[in-house]
Amino acid sequence: MIYLKLFWSFFQVGLFSFGGGYAALPQIQYQVVDLHHWLNLSQFADVITISQITPGPIATAAATFVGIKVAGMVGAAVAVTASVLPSCIIVLTLGFFYAKYKNLKGVQGVLGGIRPAVVAMTLPHSFADVNLLSIGFLAVCFLVLRIFKPNPIYVMVGAGAAGIGWYFIEKLI
Amino acid sequence: MPEVIRIKKTPKFYLNLFLSTFTISAFTFGGGYVIVPLMNKKFVEKLKWVEEKEMLDFVAIAQASPGPIAVNTSILVGYRLAGVFGAFIAVLGTVLPIFVIVSVVFLLYAQFRSNPIVNAAMLGMRIGIAAVLIDVVITMTKSIIKEKSVLSVAIMIIAFIAAYFFKVSILLILAVCAVIGGCDTLYKSRHKGGAPN
Repeated sequence: MIYLKLFWSFFQVGLFSFGGGYAALPQIQYQVVDLHHWLNLSQFADVITISQITPGPIATAAATFVGIKVAGMVGAAVAVTASVLPSCIIVLTLGFFYAKYKNLKGVQGVLGGIRPAVVAMTLPHSFADVNLLSIGFLAVCFLVLRIFKPNPIYVMVGAGAAGIGWYFIEKLI
Repeated sequence: MPEVIRIKKTPKFYLNLFLSTFTISAFTFGGGYVIVPLMNKKFVEKLKWVEEKEMLDFVAIAQASPGPIAVNTSILVGYRLAGVFGAFIAVLGTVLPIFVIVSVVFLLYAQFRSNPIVNAAMLGMRIGIAAVLIDVVITMTKSIIKEKSVLSVAIMIIAFIAAYFFKVSILLILAVCAVIGGCDTLYKSRHKGGAPN
């Protein structure tokens, strides 16, 4: 029964969270805190913190966390599956029609209008906490990427290691 | 089934698809659009399984659908490469690392939360990711400019200003751009009868 409740809750989260990222938060809060009282508000704040220190979409991280807390690993598996199921159904349907009609002239026109906008919106959103140090660091990472063209994951891991290094340097000073 | 680029669907291909989505997902801190440049690097530039234009279309579809962009984009890439089963493999690869990592963090989270070293690493990684994003946006911008279409460049600039300075809803921007693109094609085909691209 609890599995069914988890499933239905996170299915709704998956179905109604448009826009990705933090757009899912109000949905999750409604289901998990207000409706089912699986978490209180401060635990919910912890979920947000955890989703920030772990990779991947917030909805998936929240589903895992709440699932484990409410009904163990099986609960987590149920919640995660439910949270991606609406995406699977809807996106696969759209993907099907895209593959079928993408070469039509009208569709090409519409897509041609959308593509530049997608490029514009891919720029990082995380410039909120800028300071001189992070901009310099950003420039270094960027130059490394442009000049040496490494696998970007190495740059990210390297940047993480540099962050730890800087933390210790700061402590020494 | 739509025509798919000739990829031999051997177990090795599926393993490669799974591992690609798995590693991309395992490193996308910050969520949302972060996955776009990583997928672009992997599937467009490195493996050459998907065209860059298609990738942008996938992101637009992913954005317009409910659910996380990362999951939605993976589904589209997987489906494009190997049908419904490919989509399943891609989703599994995307969700599994998060599932594992969050489970581990759940057990340790009291320590994790207040650990300054973890926070420092996260901060560093976020900067690294920002650099990757800028790198890919420049590459993609170049290909938009290469089209030599004033309209495309104008859309790109106006969409950027609308999203970043005026905080206009992304869905609204995509909808307006779709209408503009559609009208442009209609107009061109009426007046020239030629095939615009």
